[in-house]
Amino acid sequence: MCNVCGCGAGEARIEGQSLQPGHAGGGLMAYRRLRSRNERQHLPADSRWVAVGSPVAPSGEKPLGESEASLLPSAAPAGLIHYGQGAAGGEVPGMSQARMVRIEQDILGRNNVHAARNRAWLAVRGILALNLVSSPGSGKTSLLVRTIEALRTRIPLAVVEGDQQTSFDAERIRATGAPALQINTGKGCHLDARMVEQALEKLSPVEESVVLIENVGNLVCPAAFDLGEAAKVVVLSVTEGEDKPLKYPDMFAAARLMLLNKVDLLPYLSFDVDKALDFARRVNPGLEIICLSATTGSGFSAWLDWIEARRRETLALRHSAPLTCNLPSGPESHADRC
Amino acid sequence: MHEMSLAENIRQIIEEAGCRQGFGRVRTVILEVGALAAVEPESLRFCFDLVMKDSIADGARLQIDSVPGQGQCLQCGKTVPVAALYDPCPCCGCYEVQATLGTGMRVRELEIE
Ligand SMILES: Nc1nc2c(ncn2[C@@H]2O[C@H](COP(=O)(O)OP(=O)(O)OP(=O)(O)O)[C@@H](O)[C@H]2O)c(=O)[nH]1
Ligand SMILES: [Mg+2]
Ligand SMILES: [Zn+2]
Ligand SMILES: [Zn+2]
Ligand SMILES: [Zn+2]
Repeated sequence: MCNVCGCGAGEARIEGQSLQPGHAGGGLMAYRRLRSRNERQHLPADSRWVAVGSPVAPSGEKPLGESEASLLPSAAPAGLIHYGQGAAGGEVPGMSQARMVRIEQDILGRNNVHAARNRAWLAVRGILALNLVSSPGSGKTSLLVRTIEALRTRIPLAVVEGDQQTSFDAERIRATGAPALQINTGKGCHLDARMVEQALEKLSPVEESVVLIENVGNLVCPAAFDLGEAAKVVVLSVTEGEDKPLKYPDMFAAARLMLLNKVDLLPYLSFDVDKALDFARRVNPGLEIICLSATTGSGFSAWLDWIEARRRETLALRHSAPLTCNLPSGPESHADRC
Repeated sequence: MHEMSLAENIRQIIEEAGCRQGFGRVRTVILEVGALAAVEPESLRFCFDLVMKDSIADGARLQIDSVPGQGQCLQCGKTVPVAALYDPCPCCGCYEVQATLGTGMRVRELEIE
């Protein structure tokens, strides 16, 4: 488990390797609380924390004793960010010894910090990133394979694959010749921005390319986790029933585009397309919709045009405003590479 | 499942605040959760109790204050209450309501010793 954002580092793997314990990519350190309980009262605030992976307390070693702990230098590297420091502090005196402390911190704040960093990293390179979300089996990988085959002579593409287990999907992508990286989330049911941050570093997509991120097949929580993408694309297939947008509204609300896939199967089903589109627009009035088939390729030109339009926007942004990467410059910060 | 990672984030926020402000035990954790935030309060409570074990908020009471959903109707322009993302506008009956409030969640306050 990532101690900084709870994002499941102990479980998640990129290409079979554990995620780095800290946030090496961003000048941010993961901190681990020292175990001893009664030292809380005696130590100055800073010395209660040691950087995970620092020489003084490598993670996984036995907890330090109290006397050792008190000898530790306070761990406050230059790249450390303490979020929400400004917001806290308004204390209300209460009854007896109890008192109220205002915190006012977004529960997904950690993820959002990683996501913002990814977004900046992508923007300075003119890379368009799309986050494909859907229930399992609606055809994300099939869509990606066909998309890559159609675009790869014109646009460099790379893929980040998220699944709980196996690297089958990344292998399917690599068979097209495009670079792909597999993230296995283990027990985790969604990709988070930190996993994608590390995946982007490993994948190092070329400038002005398109990165397609296939999220874990799950119509629920990927909606809540911003990865730093330009847009979420929700895939609904006609075999799933037209009521999905109402049953899982959050995903359809979070998406900019919906792909209604497997339309080649419509003659064999009683799926009501108009009803499905109406339900989706109830949840998200601004939702763009394209009906297509990853098997036959029908409707694909609209989808490819959509990608190219988003890419032009990304490139225009890059060339109009000289984007600077104003990120904290820690020893291993993204700033090195901007 | 996703409530588990939310609980982990809450623990981290609490421990960091404790570190910064030097307090020991937390009695009550007060959250604000938007009605449209896709969080199941009962599931979150269950995960909260598990995740807070051996932290400064071990055994703390969890208070979840709900923030009602609000949206703007793109047809009639009114700001309207929204109970669910697929609800029609109560004024004009259309479905073109864009959620504006009640989609977030945050740790608002802690009662500490
Ligand atoms: N008939 C038809 N079948 C399709 C279409 N797209 C995908 N399929 C089939 O649907 C099944 C699942 O497709 P995948 O591309 O693996 O779906 P996925 O969303 O990547 O699945 P997960 O990664 O496991 O969530 C496969 O058997 C595909 O051949 C389509 O447009 N029409
Ligand atoms: Mg797949
Ligand atoms: Zn993190
Ligand atoms: Zn999840
Ligand atoms: Zn209205």
